[in-house]
Amino acid sequence: MASGLLRLVAQRIVLGIILLVAVSVLIFVGTQILPGDVAQSILGQSATPQAVANLRAQLGLDQPAYIRYFQWLGGLLQGNLGNALSNGQPIGPEIAMRLKNTLFLAFWAAAVSIPLSILLGLIAVRHKNGFIDKLISASTLATISLPEFFIGYLLIYFIAVKLQWFTSVSTVYPDMPFLQRMNAIALPAATLTLVVLAQMMRMTRAAILNVMQSAYVETAELKGLTQFEIIWKHAFPNAIAPIINVIMLNLAYLVVGVVVIEVIFVYPGMGQYLVDHVAKRDVPVVQDCGLIFAAVYIALNMLADIFSILSNPRLRHPK
Amino acid sequence: MSKELEYLSSRVASGAMSRRDFLGRAAALGVAAPFANSLLAGAAFAETPAKGGTLTAGIQTGESTDSLDPASWTNQVPFVFGRCWGEQLVELTPEGDVKPRLATEWDSNKDATKWTFKIRKDVTFHNGKTLTADDVVATMERHSDKKSKSGALGIMQGIKSITKDGDTVVFELKSANADLPFLLEDYHLVIQPNGGKDKPDAGIGTGPYKIETHEAGVRDVGQRYKDYWNGDKYGHADTVVILTINDPTARMSALQSGKVQIINRVEPKVVHLVKRLPGVTIQNVAGKGFYPFNMFCDTAPFDDANVRMALKLAMNRKEMLDTILRGYGSVGNDFPINKAYALFPDDVPQRAFDPDQAKHYYKKSGHSGSILLRTSDVAFPGAVDAAQLYQQSCAKAGIDLKVERVPGDGYWSEVWNKKPFSTSYWGGRPTQDQMYSVAYISSADWNDTRFKDKDFDALIVKARGELDKEKRKSMYHQAAMTIRDKGGLLVPMFNDFIEATSSKVGGWVKDPNQEFSNGMGMIRCWVKQ
Repeated sequence: MASGLLRLVAQRIVLGIILLVAVSVLIFVGTQILPGDVAQSILGQSATPQAVANLRAQLGLDQPAYIRYFQWLGGLLQGNLGNALSNGQPIGPEIAMRLKNTLFLAFWAAAVSIPLSILLGLIAVRHKNGFIDKLISASTLATISLPEFFIGYLLIYFIAVKLQWFTSVSTVYPDMPFLQRMNAIALPAATLTLVVLAQMMRMTRAAILNVMQSAYVETAELKGLTQFEIIWKHAFPNAIAPIINVIMLNLAYLVVGVVVIEVIFVYPGMGQYLVDHVAKRDVPVVQDCGLIFAAVYIALNMLADIFSILSNPRLRHPK
Repeated sequence: MSKELEYLSSRVASGAMSRRDFLGRAAALGVAAPFANSLLAGAAFAETPAKGGTLTAGIQTGESTDSLDPASWTNQVPFVFGRCWGEQLVELTPEGDVKPRLATEWDSNKDATKWTFKIRKDVTFHNGKTLTADDVVATMERHSDKKSKSGALGIMQGIKSITKDGDTVVFELKSANADLPFLLEDYHLVIQPNGGKDKPDAGIGTGPYKIETHEAGVRDVGQRYKDYWNGDKYGHADTVVILTINDPTARMSALQSGKVQIINRVEPKVVHLVKRLPGVTIQNVAGKGFYPFNMFCDTAPFDDANVRMALKLAMNRKEMLDTILRGYGSVGNDFPINKAYALFPDDVPQRAFDPDQAKHYYKKSGHSGSILLRTSDVAFPGAVDAAQLYQQSCAKAGIDLKVERVPGDGYWSEVWNKKPFSTSYWGGRPTQDQMYSVAYISSADWNDTRFKDKDFDALIVKARGELDKEKRKSMYHQAAMTIRDKGGLLVPMFNDFIEATSSKVGGWVKDPNQEFSNGMGMIRCWVKQ
């Protein structure tokens, strides 16, 4: 069984890599279509055509697009992300720092929201259609229905300004003490938690309710197990595949979709970094960020696939 | 002395109230003017700088692409942080005079073509090196070099040669310029060791703060430089921290929660709310910045002077000021100068909203069909609303104005200075000559109205070399009238600079030269203990 599983995983990884290469082509083409030209935007309005041509040559923009694509890809494979056009700094260290910040925030938001949403889902099933179920559903649906920036502002107003428990400015820096750092990310992490909670909770509830109709649950009931034991031991393991899928999608969102949260809380993550460089037409940075985001998405989707195969014997042994 | 008077005079000293307001209130309390004035002097005297502590500001705009190379600066954060660690040869006072900084004195020959600046002794850079005339010459050379792509290049173009003569630096100009000392205050012209030629973004200057941390677009930290030469005047806090906070709401909540003590760019639409907050003071000052609507004088239909005049007359300036700026500004008069400039021509008649006259000129032009105005939120805060207001006042004059809202991304590269009618902003310049030279003479770098008039060019050059102030003022009157009546520039309003400080901050100076107290908020202010 193990070798079959390994083959399956290897297959998925190869597929993922092919997909990533396809995405890199799309990203490259996309950045070429963007209006405006770096040389022009660096030199400004008063640039002479000769100066623009010189700078284009210096930046290698005079070569055909496909050559530039392979140069970029080749650099990436050797771990060289290139230099930013706007300030000439190497992209690697800067992106590494930003990515670390983004992952740090995503990690803590996930560490709170995933167990919480599953727990809430289980409780909701236990009290199906009762007051507690309705309360959980209503409150989580309310937080997902509000735009994320609005939730952010609400938290800032009540928790940072009125109560002054946590700071509203989540600026973090490399040598920041851990507790200060946790204080700084408390509000953005709370906002993200509120935004992603509902979907995972609802999926947990729906998936488990689905298997609650099965014969083996009835058997368990007849054996005299408590309601919560049935849900936790018998229903949950059989409902896990769709839950994992939703969790992975939300994890991906926590990494790549948080630009607005970063702006509101002044958090130095990848999103803000990407937006700054799109505005400057700094194509290498945009391409690298785009590829990292794509890789995160593909990797998490792949993990979701692998976990659901592992959790389901029928998928593990395809006919 | 009544409690109220005491309170009022402390408000003036902290900048929360103007001297004139104070005298008015004092009169209302039955205090004679001379006595009230002496109260004021006492309060100002009592407000001596406190040393130490950490002063933190939240500032828009900073980006992760910002560098420490002064030549590259365009954003507010590098501008304000630059004033912390670097210095120029001269400085401007809030009254518009030019005063010594790294130069101790200067003089020109009779026709203002050769200027000599004496360089201050006993000033050291943060790396321990002593400031010399050579460093000044090298700095000026670097910014004159086209390859540096310096933001001060436009200023340096009029300079023929820069040479050292003992402890003085001599500027020889291509043509006379009575304003040269004003130009050298430009924030890009930070004097660096060897002019920054070795490493432009080393971040070593002579300013009151040494750079401790620079994280572009995130956070800048400076520590007080203990050998700073002018420590009584500038650099009171031990540490200055500048956080880049581009979101206005985030900035405001950072101030309210005490995370920062100063913020810039408070939105006019919330000022009346902010004023009610305890412990927050609004610091607004009429600056030189304005919000223009630019028409290309060489592109149809704006090549017809009648169309331009009709569009100017169809602007309801008062309504713009009250609605878009909530009164935090002043009405424009279709030339780029206001009373914040030295030698302001105060006798130019104010243009008013006149739909009938506008209709008359529009008919005279024979133009028919609609006119397209392009705008975007990034042009200035409220630009899209302003364009829609203008659309309504144009309709009253029978002009069919179409407003196209363009995405902010790419606005400055694709629309401004490219399309024939669009909204924009200008931050103002130290002198009238600079403002006209940068955008309104034929050869201007940013001639965003395509106004080309040989007589006007000659007038500006002549005024530039004129050392007699009265003659100069009358020349600027003429220049203003020309732009106002012939140009493609429509100025609905000049905006105030609006910052806010917390009650922990002392020493804020309302300075009309540039926003954030001419960038010097961090070095002028102190933290109250």
